[in-house]
This record gives sequence, C-alpha cells and structure tokens, in this order.
Amino acid sequence: MRPLVALGIVAACAACAAPDPVPPSAAPARASFDRALIAKGAQLAAIGNCQVCHTAAGGKSFAGGRPLETPFGTMYGTNITPDPDTGIGGWSEEAFSRALREGVDREGRHLYPVFPYEYYTRLTDEDIKALYAYIATREPVRAQNRPHELRPPYNVRALVGVWKTLYFERGAFQPDRARSAPWNRGAYLVGALGHCSACHTPRNFLGAEKKSERFSGGEAEGWHGPALNALSPSPLPWYAEQLFKYLRTGLDDLHAIAAGPMEPVVRNLARVPEDEVRAMAVYLEALAGQPSEERRKKAEAALALAKTAQRGEGRGAELYAGACGACHDQGRAASSGGALHLALGTVMTIPTSSNLLRITLEGIAPPEGEPGRAMPGFASALTDGQVRDLMAYIREHFGRAPAWNDVDDELKKIREGRK
Amino acid sequence: MINLNVNGKTQQIDADPATPLLYVLRDHLQLDGAKFGCGLGQCGACTVLVEGRAVLSCVTPISTLGERRVTTLEGLGTPDKPGRMQRAFIAEQAAQCGYCIPGMIMQAQALLEANPRPSPAEIRKHMSPNLCRCGTHMRILRAVERAAREP
Amino acid sequence: MNRRAFIARGGALIVSFSLFARLAGAQAGKLPGSLNNEPMLDAWIRVGADSRITVFTGKAELGQGIKTALIQVAAEELVVEPGAIELVTADTARTPDEQYTAGSQSMQESGTAILHAAAQVRAVLADLAAKRLGIPAERLTIRDGAINGIRYGELVAGQALHVRAQPKSPLSDPTARRVMGKPLPRVDIPAKVFGQAIYVQDLRLPGMVHARVLRPPSYGARLRALDAGALAKMPGLLKVVRDGSFVALVAEREFQAVAAVRAAAKAAQWDERATLPDPQQLYETIRRLPSQDTVIHEAGKAGAGAGMIEAEYRRPYQMHASIGPSCAVGLYRDDALTVWTHSQGVYPLRGAIAEMLAMPKERVRCIHMEGSGCYGHNAADDAAADAALVARALPGRPVRVQWMREEEHAWEPYGPAMLSKARARVDASGKVEDFQYEVWSNTHSTRPGPAGYLAPAWHLEKPFAPPPPRPIPQPTGGGDRNAIPLYRFANSRVVHHFVTEMPLRVSALRALGAYMNIFSIESFMDELASAARADPVEFRLRHLEDARAQAVVRAAAERFGWAAYRKQPGRGRGFGFARYKNLAAYTAVACEVEVDRDSGRVRVTRAVAANDSGDIVNPDGIANQIEGGIVQSISWTLHEAVSFDRARITSVDWSGYPILRFPDLPDSVEVQLINRPGQPFLGTGEAAQGPTAAALANAFADASGVRIRELPLNPARVRQALGF
Repeated sequence: MRPLVALGIVAACAACAAPDPVPPSAAPARASFDRALIAKGAQLAAIGNCQVCHTAAGGKSFAGGRPLETPFGTMYGTNITPDPDTGIGGWSEEAFSRALREGVDREGRHLYPVFPYEYYTRLTDEDIKALYAYIATREPVRAQNRPHELRPPYNVRALVGVWKTLYFERGAFQPDRARSAPWNRGAYLVGALGHCSACHTPRNFLGAEKKSERFSGGEAEGWHGPALNALSPSPLPWYAEQLFKYLRTGLDDLHAIAAGPMEPVVRNLARVPEDEVRAMAVYLEALAGQPSEERRKKAEAALALAKTAQRGEGRGAELYAGACGACHDQGRAASSGGALHLALGTVMTIPTSSNLLRITLEGIAPPEGEPGRAMPGFASALTDGQVRDLMAYIREHFGRAPAWNDVDDELKKIREGRK
Repeated sequence: MINLNVNGKTQQIDADPATPLLYVLRDHLQLDGAKFGCGLGQCGACTVLVEGRAVLSCVTPISTLGERRVTTLEGLGTPDKPGRMQRAFIAEQAAQCGYCIPGMIMQAQALLEANPRPSPAEIRKHMSPNLCRCGTHMRILRAVERAAREP
Repeated sequence: MNRRAFIARGGALIVSFSLFARLAGAQAGKLPGSLNNEPMLDAWIRVGADSRITVFTGKAELGQGIKTALIQVAAEELVVEPGAIELVTADTARTPDEQYTAGSQSMQESGTAILHAAAQVRAVLADLAAKRLGIPAERLTIRDGAINGIRYGELVAGQALHVRAQPKSPLSDPTARRVMGKPLPRVDIPAKVFGQAIYVQDLRLPGMVHARVLRPPSYGARLRALDAGALAKMPGLLKVVRDGSFVALVAEREFQAVAAVRAAAKAAQWDERATLPDPQQLYETIRRLPSQDTVIHEAGKAGAGAGMIEAEYRRPYQMHASIGPSCAVGLYRDDALTVWTHSQGVYPLRGAIAEMLAMPKERVRCIHMEGSGCYGHNAADDAAADAALVARALPGRPVRVQWMREEEHAWEPYGPAMLSKARARVDASGKVEDFQYEVWSNTHSTRPGPAGYLAPAWHLEKPFAPPPPRPIPQPTGGGDRNAIPLYRFANSRVVHHFVTEMPLRVSALRALGAYMNIFSIESFMDELASAARADPVEFRLRHLEDARAQAVVRAAAERFGWAAYRKQPGRGRGFGFARYKNLAAYTAVACEVEVDRDSGRVRVTRAVAANDSGDIVNPDGIANQIEGGIVQSISWTLHEAVSFDRARITSVDWSGYPILRFPDLPDSVEVQLINRPGQPFLGTGEAAQGPTAAALANAFADASGVRIRELPLNPARVRQALGF
C-alpha cells in the first residue's frame, strides 16, 4: 500500500506545482532580430534537428503534423512557426526558453519528453536566444496541431510532472577542464543539442534513459541506434575523421550509410560549419574509447573478408549473388553512390535484424533533387521465406555473429507498416 | 532449368539462377516490354508485376520467383484486346520516345490494383520511382487518372 | 494565279484539282527544303503497283513525332488516308541523305521536301491520268488515292516518278485541309504501349551475340594490364576482342556478357591521369582558356558610362542522360558492314565508321532504329562504333552492344559549361541601350563526321584523335545560339568567345547555347525591367518589333493571368520569351514557383506557354514537344549538373545526377498554340527550354527577392542564396 500512497502524494504534489502560464505576447518584428543571431540560430537548429520532428513529409517547414511512433502511442510534432493562432507566434522569448529548459509550454502545461528538453535544458542562454531568433523569424503557417494518440494513462498530461520528478535532471552543461576544447564543444553539441543519446541509449518502461547505460544502444521509430561507447558493434572502430565523414556526408565506406532516422540528421549536419561536426566526431571517438585487443582482431578479420570474393553456399548465398552481389561486391563501380561492403557494415553486427531488414525491404533514397546514395527496396521482389534466408546468410557470412532471433517479429512489423 | 510463370504461362528457362529477371524476359522470352534503363534499380524502366506488386526486374534474380506470377506489359493486353491502362495511354497520347512507358504502365497498374481510386497526390507519390527524361509526366498522370475513371 | 476550289463533300476525300493552282516554292533556283540536296521525286515517294505508297525521309523518329507529322504532310498532298502510307526513315541504303535529325530542322527540311514532292507527284499522276483519259487535268477528280477511279498504282509505271522536282509546287489550299493541322494520333505509340520490338534495344537477329566494352574509368586512362586468365572461366564467353585499350567481352547470352565485363573490371589495371579542371574553379577556368573571339553582332556603338547594369551568368555541364542507355547491333559479312543504330545522323556516322575501319563508305550501311530520347549527340554513335569494331572481329555473327548506365553517364558528350556577361542601361524613356553581351563556350558539336569524334576510336592501338573543333556559324550558332536577342535595342554588341580546349567531352545538347543564352538574356531583361520600374511583360513588348513575337508574348501573359496576378507568400511569377535561333518557332513561357526557404526546394506550380511554329502539321505533336520541353527544362534548371573530380566523372548514375521526379511536377502545364496555315514550318523541338529556364529564374527572384544567376537552382544553392 505504501508505495502506492507515496506515488499518489508525489503525483498530487506534482500536479499542484503546475507552472504558471506566460502571457501571450505579440510576435516580435522580423527586423528586430540581429541577422548574425538568426544565422547562429539556424545552425543550432540544424544540429538540434528541430525541423525534422516539426515538419510533416511534404509539408511546410516547422508547421508540424509529423507522426512519431513511441511505445506509448503516436505523437504528432507541433506547429512551431510564428503563426499567432495555430503556432507559437504568441510565445515570448521567456516562454520559449522555459519550454527548452523546463519542458513546459506557454500556458504552463507539461510537455511530453518526446520533445527532448531533458537535453535542451543544458543549452546556454546565448544559444537559446539564437534559437528563438531563428524560430521566431520562420514563415508563419496556419496549421492546427493534431492531437496525440496516446494510450491511457499516458494521455494524462499532468502525470508528466511525475515523470519529471523521477527522471528529469535540469541544469546547464558542465565542461570537463581535463579535456580539449573540441572535445568539450563536441560534448556540448552532442549532449545539449544533437540529443544523440535519445536514440542511442536504452530506455526503461516509462521511456526514461537508463543513465548508467548511456550510449549503449537504443531505438527510434523501429530502427536500432547502435552503441556509440565501448560496446560499439561496428566491425571496424571509428576514427574521428571517419565519424566526421559519416556525419557530414551520410556515408563512410568502411562503416555505414545513414539510413532511417539518421538520414535527416546527416542532411542537417551537412549545412553547419565543418568545425562543429568535427568537434562532435572528436567527442564520439573518445566516447568509444581505445579499441580492445579483441576488437582489433575482429577488425582485421573483417577487412580480410571484405577483400575476398568468397561466396557461401545455400539458398541465402544464391539470393545474395543475384540480388545484392551486383552492387555490393567489388569490381565495376556499381554507382556514384558506392555500395558498402557488407563485411564492414555496422547493421550486420548489431543485436537486432531490424535495421538490415528495413534497408533491404525499403531501400535507401537520396533526398528529393539532391545527389546521394540510392538502393532499391526488395519488399515486393522477395517472399518472407527468402528474406529470412537472406538475413540469415548475411548475418552469418558477413556479420560473423550468432543468428538474430527477432527476424520474424521485425519482418511482421515491417510488412504491417508498423515501426 | 528454372520454371517461371510469366503472363499465365509456365516457361522453362535455362539460365544461371542469379540472372536478373529483366534479361530473361528480353533475351530468352522475347518479351521486350520491360526495358533496360540502368540495371541498378534506380529508374523503373524495367518494372513488372510479381503477384500484382511492382518489382524492379533488373535487380530481381529469377531464383527468387518460384511459382509467383509474373505479369509483363504484354500480359496486360494486345492490339486486339488492349488493357485499360494501355487504352488510356494511347487516348492521352502519353508518350514521346516511349522508352519509360512500359515501366510507367506497370507501376500504374500496380497502383490501381491496390487502390482503385487514387487521388492525384497519391498517383504522383506512387509513380515517383519511375523516371522520364522527355518530360511526358503530365500526360502520364492524365493517363493514369483516365484509367482509374474507367469502371 | 487562280485559287483552287476545293469541294469538301461530307466525309469524302474529294478534291478538284486545277493545274493553275497556288504555286508555292523556294527561292529562285533553289528547291524547297531537302529537295535541294536530293531533287529526284522517287527518292522521296514511290507508288507501288498495288497503290501502296512509300515515303522516304532522311530524318529519324526520336520520339518527337516526326514520323506521324511527315505521314500527315504526304497524306495531305497525295490525297490519301494516312494509313495508306508507309514511311521509311533514315537508312543509308534507302533514303535521302538529310544529314542529322537535329536543330529542330526536320519539318523545315524534310517536311518541306515531302510537302512539295508529294504535291508534284500528285501533279505527275494527274498528268498521266489526263493523258490516258483524254480529259484536261483540271477537270479530274482526285479521291482517296485514285484519279477518276483509276488507282495510283495503275497509273504509275516504270520510271514515271523518276523526275527532277520543280522549284514550285501546286500545294493544296491551307484553309481546307483534311489531314495536316489535325491532331492525328501518333503512329508509333501503339507499338510502344504493347511492348512490340521497335527499339534498337529490342532487335534480335538469328545467331546474335552480346558484347560489353570494358570502358576506361576516366578520359585519360590507359589499360596497363588485363589478366585474361581471370576471364577464361566466365560462362558463355565467346571472345575477348582487344585493340589497344579497346576491350570487348562477347558472350552468348546478355547476362553472361555483363558478368564477364564485371570480372574484367576487377582484373584490369589502368594508368590514370588527372585531366579534368578543378570543379571549384570551373568558370574561372573557362574564362581563362584561350578562345577565338568574334563580334557576331554590332548595331550602333555600344558604350559605357553611368547607370550601366551588369550581370554574369553560369551554366554547368549537363547531360543528355537518355533513359535508355545507347545500343547498336553490327553485322560484318562479305566485306560489308551493317549497323543498326539510333544515331541522329546515319550518313555522317557511316562515313565515320568507314574511316575508322578503313573501309569504303559504300560497304557500310547504317540503318536507324529508334532508341530512347537522345536530346542531341549522346552515346548512340559511340555504341555504333563499338558494334562495328566487335562485329568485324566476329564476321557473320550479329553483335549487339548495350551500354550500361554508368558508361552512358560518364562517357556521353555533355552540354558544355558556359559563362556569360551582360551589360546595358535603361534610358530615360525606359528603353534599353548600350546592350553588350558576351558568351564563353566550347563547341556544341563534335558529331561524327570524323572518326576522331567516336570515343571508341580514341582507345584503339592506332587511335583517331578528335580534330580541332570549329564553331557553328551564325545565324544558327552553337554556343552563341540565341546570343543575339530578337529585341530592338539602341546600340548593341554581342561577342562570342569560342573556347577551343575541351577538358570534358562536349557536343550538342538540345537547344545548344540557346538554353543558356536565353536564360541569361531573359534574366537580364527582368533586371533591366526592374531598373526601369516596368512590368516584365510590357518591358519586353516595348522592345519587340516582330508581330508574331508580340503575339506569343501577349497570348502567354493573358492565359497565365499576368495582369491580375496576386502574389502569395513564398510564391512568385516570371516570364521568358525567345524565337529559337531567331529563325524557328516563337515561344513565350509564364510560370509561378513556390520556394521553401528552409529546404531550398523550388517547385513550379503552374507553367503556361504560347507557341507559334508556323504551319502546324500536328497540333498535339507540337503541344507534346512544348510540354515536354518545359518539364525537361525545369529538371535542367532546378537539378542538373555533371559532377567530377580531377580525374573522373563522378555522377555516373541517377543517384549522382538527380532529375525531376513526379512529386515535384507543376500542378499544370498549359500550351496555347498559334497556327499559321500556309506559312513555312518552324522547328519546335528546342523552342521551350530557354524561355522556361528564364521564366523559372525570374519567378524565383520574384518569390524570394533574391536573384540567382548560376544554374542549377538546386536546394543547396537556393539555401545559400537565401540564407536563413
């Protein structure tokens, strides 16, 4: 009985302590913002990926409407254009800052932590100011927010107060004096803005980060975010230059191609100053730490495998030869995109088959009108049985790891259009 | 020897199982509708239907087909008995060089089999994997809309 | 001259013919159109004993609908149903030599020739009938392939049509047409829609084998070593043909050839050189390369001084990127070679192949079969050269060479990168003066012709070097096509800087220099109109004296609703006009765009065009060409640029060279046609590209307040130009 009572008291306290609304204010004139500040805000917004969650596919930028699948139901990104009625045109800088720091909207309601304020809370005042300048000067779009579709009790917004009490750590970013300036910059950008650990950290049943396992691997919209720390599953360790190349261009020939939720991230990082992305790479390289002896041996084996044209046996090998080999084997450059050699790819070695399945079935398409990497999808070409054989072959032959046990479940999810 | 079900007939094919369907259709079966555009699954000129779903035959090895029914452009209709989509493309004069058109017709056919009354936006989205270099797109859209209107 | 009286009796094809009909023709001494090069009537038209009519043209169907249009022309003048005519296209053994199907000249050259030849054949047949029946020719009734009931086939005998054409012809009354001017459905579309084997890619001959060429990875690459042992085990491999760095793999089945060439690529070692310019310095490189400078136009004395507005424009290398990579079939037998090809010019190609193989021209036959749209000089001739070389190595067996996508993208000749500079001022009355325009460009034609323009010939043991390029002279022009505006300006001067060195392979891409020059000049007209505080359409009308030009400008503006247009946020409108080559069709385009500042995406929402192509043979054919030209130009203008590094072309497939796709299309494209029956045919195929680019760029400037002068207006460039 006691834990329940305690919870009830906490909940009541949390509910009583609901923040005050900030009065609506007139949208500040565009001309009142310093151009340099807006430019800075644009870069920060790119690193923070604001546009991604707040823009529907094919919709106007920042006007909301994009569905976000969570374990609690579907949520919809809100309209954060400066439209006074349907957007945040009535939000003063104070209201905006509070949303980022405290996770509370202008009217004083808790924001669901799907909006990553648990990271944005670490932003500096100057950066929040710049972000406000940028967001407040976007094109206003009239578009009503779509209500979230959350299962009870998660649809009771006030309970987010409880969640915050349990899990939300407020506070500014603290630099580490023992580390270099680029490392600290990278740590800030990754931790406060890029919110990378949101997808690369396991979460508990209430959707909160398991803090002791930060960067040990997570999930987002059906995709696995691989571990970025010492548990990194990539066949080859990542050096900073390679991380930079991947984050900047979406492709590193020795590791991975950006797919699924990473696609918009790398597109945004292509637009920010190189130094910022380099700093993130420095931080992420250090996060993984020096590769162990075992890891180094595995890397050599992977490189050796990539050099041979050796083919396996069986149905899976046959499927691979006909459907994949043309582009993924060496020789006669398949395309200007370049096809990754599967012995080196990270998706082969992660604990789940979901990423490889999604890439195989849906393919990869460059953004509309921009050069990029392309791969056809095989959803209609392959039967489920063939997909299973192919996944098993690729995992065994290239991933050199024990068979995945979730292929059937993930395949079912994908066929049903779920995330 | 591999057996394939193409346009309702079983065909015996003597080819490496890794051979993409496109080459078999054209070289072994003289079904020239599906076209070679890139061989990389990037342009849609090779589109055929497998169990009614659009498939890029240039990256589909024949070993994957099994008994699944393959339908090509020739299977939709003939000059004597034209299919609905073919009639619509002729009526709208939806072609310039015509090379992309078989792929367009097959892609559109797959759409109408799954969604008999698509909106203009749905048609555009569905057709987006198929490339046309001559700029015939507007007529192609009109042809698909026209076919959809037919009962 | 008496006017011929035509009596149309409901549904019947009856024509009363008078010898003293309207006689139209070419200038004194010259024969109309291509008759001037091939004057014998039966080179163009034959009538069989069964009355079946065969019409011959040296032009080729490229998907532009020329077959249908020419059949209509012949059917009109011969007074038959279009279905009674079989049209034979470009074949060095059967048809007149009309050089290339290019430059939008097909109707002007071949259409005119066939129009006149058919009318004169009709006159010959009428004479024969008159003699046989003892009735004066003007009292004869010509109906549906018969004269007073006697079918043409019964009239014609022996060499009756083997006569020289006359300079003037009894053309039918343009106001009473049966077939011309009607939207006859395209004769080639049904076969395409039913998958019949009509493309050269579909050609299958008994005993045919398949070849793939091991293409070098870059222009400057030379084959150092090829381990033939690695290829020995390839299934179905019949032969490895090698001549210097030219290597072809020949196999029984097509996929075997593909597998073999992939194996060969792994086994080959190349010596490569960095022969390409720094892509970041492309335009500075072009400006600094040596050039032959010509003043191609001077009126008055264009000066300098106060109030000059100046702007520079840039256009990158752009591709044909035909949807179907090039293909050819060659058969060498009994010391003679036949090549089936989609080349635009079978006669010049024949000469080039003969030169390359050191064969007499007469022993080489080139037959045109359709390929996919080529939009100019793509790799078709190179594929033909490949097929010729391999066929010679396998006498008696037809050899099919199919280029792969990467080869086509990397090796086809591109539309050249160009740079232009415009200067002018607006006088007190709002009129342009001191207009100065300069354009820097490579040649826009390296068509064979010479064997040295066939890429495979560069890699032979005894290679053929490309001859030095020469500019195409005005009034047609190459890089300077449409560099002389149609407008009347007080004091103007136009200079063409013909850049001779070609770091990337270049040749004719649809519209040639007109695309870039019209983009530049029409963008600049808007900049001048802005300085004059004038409406862009009214400003153009102010400077146009050609009534037909004014008509298309007004028609496009009116149909677009230019005067009543209300700008919405994020949207804007723009206008572009040109007369292609200042000689061919008139086209004006008005369009609206919407701009997304954050993504940099630009979309044309509406495009409206007005076109005057003279005497319209097939209105739907013209509409199709203009609509298609608009969409193609939108793709070029918003997306297309070849990418390269210091050694290689790097945009070798669709993912590296994005083009317009369905979701980005306008909501509507409308074409308003102005018909001029009886006027000369004016070429349409390349008329829309330039005006569309300009209308788009002008609309972008209107929507965003920022002018971009470098093509393409891709998302990255738009984002950079607009900032945040």
